[in-house]
Amino acid sequence: MKRLSTFNITSLTLGFAFLYLPMLLLIIYSFNASRLVTVWAGFSTQWYGELLRDEAFLSAAWVTIKVAVMSSTVATILGTMAAYVLVNAGKFFGRTLFSGMIYAPLVMPEVITGLSLLLLFIGLGLDRGILTIVLAHTTFSMCFVSVVVSSRLVSFDRSLEEAALDLGCNRFEAFRLVTLPIIAPAVISGWLLAFTLSLDDLVIASFVSGPSSTTLPIKIWSSVRLGVTPEINALSTLMIAIVTIGVIAASLISKRSAVRAQQDAQTAERTA
Amino acid sequence: MRRFALIAVPYAWLLALFLVPFLIVFKISLSDIALAIPPYTPTVKDGFSALIQGLDFENFVFLTTDDLYYKAYLSSLQIALISTLLTLFVGYPIAYAMARAPQEWRATLMMLVILPFWTSFLIRVYAWIGILSNEGFLNQFLLWTGMISDPLTILNTNTAVYIGIVYTYLPFMILPIYAALERMDDSLIEAAEDLGCSRLTAFWLVTIPLSRNGIIAGCFLVFIPALGEFVIPSLLGGSGTLMIGKVLFEEFFNNRDWPVASAVAVILLLILIIPIVLFQRNQQKQAEAEA
Repeated sequence: MKRLSTFNITSLTLGFAFLYLPMLLLIIYSFNASRLVTVWAGFSTQWYGELLRDEAFLSAAWVTIKVAVMSSTVATILGTMAAYVLVNAGKFFGRTLFSGMIYAPLVMPEVITGLSLLLLFIGLGLDRGILTIVLAHTTFSMCFVSVVVSSRLVSFDRSLEEAALDLGCNRFEAFRLVTLPIIAPAVISGWLLAFTLSLDDLVIASFVSGPSSTTLPIKIWSSVRLGVTPEINALSTLMIAIVTIGVIAASLISKRSAVRAQQDAQTAERTA
Repeated sequence: MRRFALIAVPYAWLLALFLVPFLIVFKISLSDIALAIPPYTPTVKDGFSALIQGLDFENFVFLTTDDLYYKAYLSSLQIALISTLLTLFVGYPIAYAMARAPQEWRATLMMLVILPFWTSFLIRVYAWIGILSNEGFLNQFLLWTGMISDPLTILNTNTAVYIGIVYTYLPFMILPIYAALERMDDSLIEAAEDLGCSRLTAFWLVTIPLSRNGIIAGCFLVFIPALGEFVIPSLLGGSGTLMIGKVLFEEFFNNRDWPVASAVAVILLLILIIPIVLFQRNQQKQAEAEA
């Protein structure tokens, strides 16, 4: 077995300390009794209580979750379709433009996407609200979904799908019964990615949201600009906890399904 | 027919909600400001000929007369470039150590790199306010160790912006480099050493060129979004930190000058087209190499 050199151990330790210390401090100080955020005055959960009594935060959280569920679901469907087209459809008119429109939003500055979508919605006469945020989030997160799903589709053995077609499935059945179960882990992680991207978005939502549709990041933004507050520390801790649990659960599920797939393959080999 | 529908649905969606909006931005950047909603003229309601007639390059000329704008573009380029290099120097050793780690650790290490990326961007930037401020943890720590006698001013300077960009974009740098290094065959290094290279020369002549694609992808993934960054300079930077994303946001929300904001966006997009096209080429080349 290889052993890590001192240099490698040092860079891993420093690197992960750099990545995790800021969040760790945030979590520790969310349990601080003092309103002064850098002076420790004993353990307390009062900021969590105050957060849960704050109507504005709760309604913003609810709007954010609704938007995230809707946009990530539509984005997963569209993104999976787009990935399928990119990998399997071969040549068609405007293919370069299509793949360009998939990759460009991944790196496009949010201020430009936000501004351009707002101008579109105003041009169409759409009232700014939950619908416009969902449309905006779907558009950029479907591109992330299609990148995640297409990386799985590339390694997918197409002869399996052809076998299903030979055995009498139509194209949709072949996709649903053969392709989809195999690419499911990528589709699920695409959905999760779209969901967190939507939860997280401040800039695009600032452009396309109306007064009745304040999302959580917009609410956080307006209080963070005034400085560090223990309520925001508490809220951040809750969000970090939810994401951590979600990511660990998702990776355990995909690990288990990988193990099961391996077992299936072994049984198949033995019976063959 | 079904193939047509499969292509048409995502295609139409992206055309309508990605490409058409850019054309609208371009059109409005050529319009005049008006004190109405929407605050620009002419609009679609005025008919097609009026829509075309009222357009000119006035707003772009305006951008060249006020030196705020070109200073903002230049300083965004500078900040994005320097922080991309810093991210590379911080990220490469981490990616290298991950690729050298025993096989059974790698999945865990990879998850530890990805986890912060799933956590809210806003919160990760916010966390640094409490660390970098004058009474923040960093200054408290440095004062306690006796390394400094007066607190350092870091928050609201460009240094804080660099730290913020390196911190939030680090996973984007680590992952592509790690992916490239992990595929590398160790025997190549051994061969180089057998042939008389020192470890450092072997690293420079073998490891670096083999991880080139990862380095390029990582640098683009940091540089392009950093150039238009808004949240980091607004929260961590000071009044002296000029970045074009911030200028655009303020032009739009505070000055309500939509035509000028659109012109700022058009120029930013023109600057970005080159790195975006290069990035896409690199990705395609890699995808073809893997297939």
